[in-house]
Amino acid sequence: MSIQSADNSQPSGKRRPIPLAVVGSQTSQDEVIFGRAFDKWVITRFLCHLAPYKLRISIGVFAVLVYTLTQLSIPLIVRATIDNSLVNSISNREMLHNFISLFFAIVVVNYIANHFMETIVGRTAQDLLFNLRRAMYSHLQHVSLSFMDKTEVGRLMSRLQGDVYALQEFLESSIFAVGDIVLLIGIVFVLLWLDPTLGALTLSVVPILFLMRIIWLPLARRAFLAAREASSATNGALAENVHGIRAIQELVRENINFELFEKKAKTNLLAHLRASKFSNIIIPMVDTLTGGAMAIVIVVGGAMVLDKSINIGVMVAFLFYVQRFFDPIRSLTLQYSTMQRAMASGQRIFEVTDVNVDVKDQIDAEDPKEIDGSIAFRNVTFGYEENHPILKNISFNVRPGETVALVGPTGSGKTSTTSLVHRFYDTWEGEVLVGGSNVRNVTQASLGRHIAMVLQEPFLFSVSIEENIRYAKTDATFEDIVTAAKAVGAHNFIMRLEDGYGTQLDQRGINLSFGQRQLISFARALVADAKILVLDEATASVDSYTELEIQRALARLLKGRTALVIAHRLATIRGADRIIVLQDGHIIEQDDHNGLMAKDGLYAQLYRMNYASFDDIPKDEIQRVLKSKNANT
Amino acid sequence: MTNTRASVQPVDIEADANYRIDVSKADTAVLYRITKMAFRYKTRMTVGICATIIAAAFQLCIPQYLGQAVDQARGLLTEVAVEGGMRQLAEEALLSTGLLLLAAAVGRGLFTMIQNYQGEAVGQLIGYRLRLDYYRKLQQLSFSWHDRVHSGDLMTRGILDIEGLRHWVDTGILRMILLTFLIGGGAVILILNDLELGLTALSFVPIVALRSSIARLKLRDAWMALQDQMSHLTKVMEENLGGIRVVRAFAAQTYEMSRFDKSSGKALAIAIRRVRLFVHSTTQMSFVYFLAMVATLWVGGEKVLAGAVTLGQLTETLTFMLILRMPVRQIGWMINSIARASTCGGRLFNVLDLRPSVANAPSAKPLETRDGVVRFENVDFRYPTWVDDERTLSNITFEARPGKMIGIVGPPGAGKTTIAQLLGRYYDVSDGRITIDGQDIREITLGSLRDVVSIVQQEPFLFTASLNHNVAYGAPWAARPDIEHSAQTAQLHNYIQELPESYDTLVGERGVSLSGGQRQRLSIARAILPDAKVIVFDDSTASVDAATERQIRKALDEFVADRSVIIVAHRLTSLMHADEILFLEGGKIVERGSHEQLMATDTRYRQLYELQSRASSENVA
Repeated sequence: MSIQSADNSQPSGKRRPIPLAVVGSQTSQDEVIFGRAFDKWVITRFLCHLAPYKLRISIGVFAVLVYTLTQLSIPLIVRATIDNSLVNSISNREMLHNFISLFFAIVVVNYIANHFMETIVGRTAQDLLFNLRRAMYSHLQHVSLSFMDKTEVGRLMSRLQGDVYALQEFLESSIFAVGDIVLLIGIVFVLLWLDPTLGALTLSVVPILFLMRIIWLPLARRAFLAAREASSATNGALAENVHGIRAIQELVRENINFELFEKKAKTNLLAHLRASKFSNIIIPMVDTLTGGAMAIVIVVGGAMVLDKSINIGVMVAFLFYVQRFFDPIRSLTLQYSTMQRAMASGQRIFEVTDVNVDVKDQIDAEDPKEIDGSIAFRNVTFGYEENHPILKNISFNVRPGETVALVGPTGSGKTSTTSLVHRFYDTWEGEVLVGGSNVRNVTQASLGRHIAMVLQEPFLFSVSIEENIRYAKTDATFEDIVTAAKAVGAHNFIMRLEDGYGTQLDQRGINLSFGQRQLISFARALVADAKILVLDEATASVDSYTELEIQRALARLLKGRTALVIAHRLATIRGADRIIVLQDGHIIEQDDHNGLMAKDGLYAQLYRMNYASFDDIPKDEIQRVLKSKNANT
Repeated sequence: MTNTRASVQPVDIEADANYRIDVSKADTAVLYRITKMAFRYKTRMTVGICATIIAAAFQLCIPQYLGQAVDQARGLLTEVAVEGGMRQLAEEALLSTGLLLLAAAVGRGLFTMIQNYQGEAVGQLIGYRLRLDYYRKLQQLSFSWHDRVHSGDLMTRGILDIEGLRHWVDTGILRMILLTFLIGGGAVILILNDLELGLTALSFVPIVALRSSIARLKLRDAWMALQDQMSHLTKVMEENLGGIRVVRAFAAQTYEMSRFDKSSGKALAIAIRRVRLFVHSTTQMSFVYFLAMVATLWVGGEKVLAGAVTLGQLTETLTFMLILRMPVRQIGWMINSIARASTCGGRLFNVLDLRPSVANAPSAKPLETRDGVVRFENVDFRYPTWVDDERTLSNITFEARPGKMIGIVGPPGAGKTTIAQLLGRYYDVSDGRITIDGQDIREITLGSLRDVVSIVQQEPFLFTASLNHNVAYGAPWAARPDIEHSAQTAQLHNYIQELPESYDTLVGERGVSLSGGQRQRLSIARAILPDAKVIVFDDSTASVDAATERQIRKALDEFVADRSVIIVAHRLTSLMHADEILFLEGGKIVERGSHEQLMATDTRYRQLYELQSRASSENVA
């Protein structure tokens, strides 16, 4: 993995060593087995999603049938016109007019059927696509956070957009192939019905086509697969260029990255050219067979006309059908790669909707309107990976109105503790009580109402400031919002913005400073007006001025609420009614600041070492402290 | 405001955040430009066009042979009865027609293949070119532009829009030529064959042409609206998924779903409108085509009865129409694809045509470094008026050189970070100048400047690669011991060594996730690895605890001895050891001096110091 040069700077010699550089993720994005063009499971799932459109689809199917029948009958009409009114030297003008009227009627019916068919198919396809996307998205709103933690947003987005888009491409171009297939079958019947011998002879070229496909398919499939993988690698590298642009410009990686990207894009280009060769080679094959079939009709059919065993009109009709026959075959073959991609996309879409939701409301879950604000952990054991518990048999109580600070080094289980209060995850053992009831027995919505959370990274949405503050409580009035903003000290800077509360935030609110974003997220929590507040203080300390504002806001926020705070700031820790010191999933001490200092345990020792927060204390440091403590006792 | 605005190309910082294009004007220009791009591949396009014409010729032969065969067979019916010996001759005639037909079909197939392949190849080549150009352009555009554009939107342009444009080149251009030749050639043959019959058969062409050009305009609008709405939907979804903890924390799923439904519903409505437009135009075109066929049979039938044309001629006309069945259907697809290409192309060219506001001067030379003396001389800076940002700097003068470390402190919005960004030339000064070893940074190449100036970021971006790669991001040719040494200096080495795969551990989704402090330390390691003469620490130890920061500073001591160092921070402990401290407020230097000097009198600096030390004195208590 690590290939280095002996030189630190960029070597200028002829033999330029390989730089330690890559663009984009090096692992393949498509971990699913890819390649089937017809996957029964995916098709079945699709059909389930089509169920709501039964009526529409029946009309559609009817329209397809009518359309196909009219399509089929057009050459027959032409044939009948020729045979009955033109060939026989008896002038038969009346007959001709009758046929023309019939033809006209059929064309009108054909138009109506065509219109219905395409409208219904097109609409249903769009509805289906949007519903699939919605199904995925709404499912993602409920899947457990452990899944969301593991999965990059970009990868989910590629399923929500890219895969849905691939399906759209398939539906747009291929769904009409259904009509083509029906037509194909119809033509076979008509040919055999018109004249079984000539029909069979003409169709004798079809098996050859299948034979050729058998050789072609595996080769083409590999080429298509390579093209798709190259695409996804290229797009991954592009995504990196979009998201990491600041680092790239600052570290002057433009040229190396561009070279690497160029290589990827080139691979992509070559893979696509190769795939294109494979999809186009099928054209002369099909055309040769079409020519062969027509030659058979002319030579054999012609001889039959000479023998007077068929009418000349039959021969003309045959020639018409043969040409119509191969068009759909050709387009179906060309759409092979689209179909293949659609199947893979379908599979990935259903993978998302099948992600297990392990945190679910119970059927008889209560929905308490009011709670007292107490929190209790009873012998809770919990972790994210099997056999690797983060919290080990933890018990504690928080009384209504109490502020409890959680402190401890990174990985000691602070964030897990707060997540369990909100039931982001279910415990392995033991139970978590909020307001006296087990969190498993109440609805998640009620937990959301009674618990407000402020996260370390103040995540804002790119809507107006007003909407961001209102976020948790859609029925809050503008006055409520202003009151909350004033209470946390955000009002002044908001008013200084040109559009005040109506100011639209950029992506993640980057047009505001970190401290301002934090204040808005406080206001958001205040508007939520919950009994319990869970707060993960930001470590990325803001400047001293803003910090003062935040401390003030915090005091306002904590008033009259139960609070569980992952505390980093000294002021918060000291102001807490009780401090719980976590280490390696155990509670090792708990008391207020003075009590803990008097005990002279881990807290007191670390406190004296003047660390800004407990998070960044190196492991060996803690081990040393613990050891010396043990040695003392 | 150093850019002249005379240029045709808009400058990136001027561009409005949505980059909407003027639809009515841009359309033909965009299509013309795409076509021009295609014709840059001369050989391929020539081969492609020749193949197209030959394929069209073969295609046109087929109905003629068919008509011939029908006439042969029909002629025989009467003649055979008269003269028995003609039969063999007739069969031979049929056989040769059959063979000719086969040959024509094979020829058509082969040349269609060449046509398609060349079309796709040109499409892919254009896609390749555009992808590179787009990638390059994103690298060049300024930070202020990137700040305002949503990443999801940039991705849509780079993936879907390039695809949409390529698709049109792939299938559209050559097919349009084919269609023109088929109809044109066919028209000549048919009209020569029989004027009235030919005109009747071709009567659908003008109607289809008119209908399709109307549909194209409407479809383009629909595509444009759809693309915009899809961008919005992407934004909604991306934010929801990125902020899923906030969503869960407030149990806002219902609200979020309503937000999604609103955006998605709008998109669906547009999508359905587009389908409807599309279906209307294609089905109507088919209808007109079939009506023309009815008319042909009628007129033709009358003529056959009158003896003006032969049955074979009629068959030929009808067969020719049949050959046009597929192209008529394809016209529908084609206008859809043109509409999409002009939308996609417009969106894409909007970005490609932007002129980076910061670029190399024509006469730019690489920077010649000696000691790395940085000098700000009466620097004024205003964001361009059209940028909604009031931060300014005025009359900033200072000098940093090896052995003279500069510290910059001040309240938020005072312009601290702007100084760092001006030095890396992410913006240009409005007045005054910045020099490095006496050379104005606007007169040297950007690459050489940024090689010399290393900025340590507060929030570094982690790449999905190994820690090794991440540390060496700015110096990919660095040797392993150097990489380890940088990590050691940044106090990150011990942590990395504890990991099972050490420096080869992946960062990101499938690897480790780093804490805020660890990220900042990585950022420091990354910035000190390239041998930069000038180093700017932009609040880069904010998340690192005080004790670790002390260790880092100690480790850096030796490193910074022969480098110019500027430290921007709000925590005074990070910069009180600087040789000169600038206290910035409202874009001006209000106080300057060493820590001792500034503490000697009642300064803003001292107030801040007292504010901050209150916390730490409590700490000691």
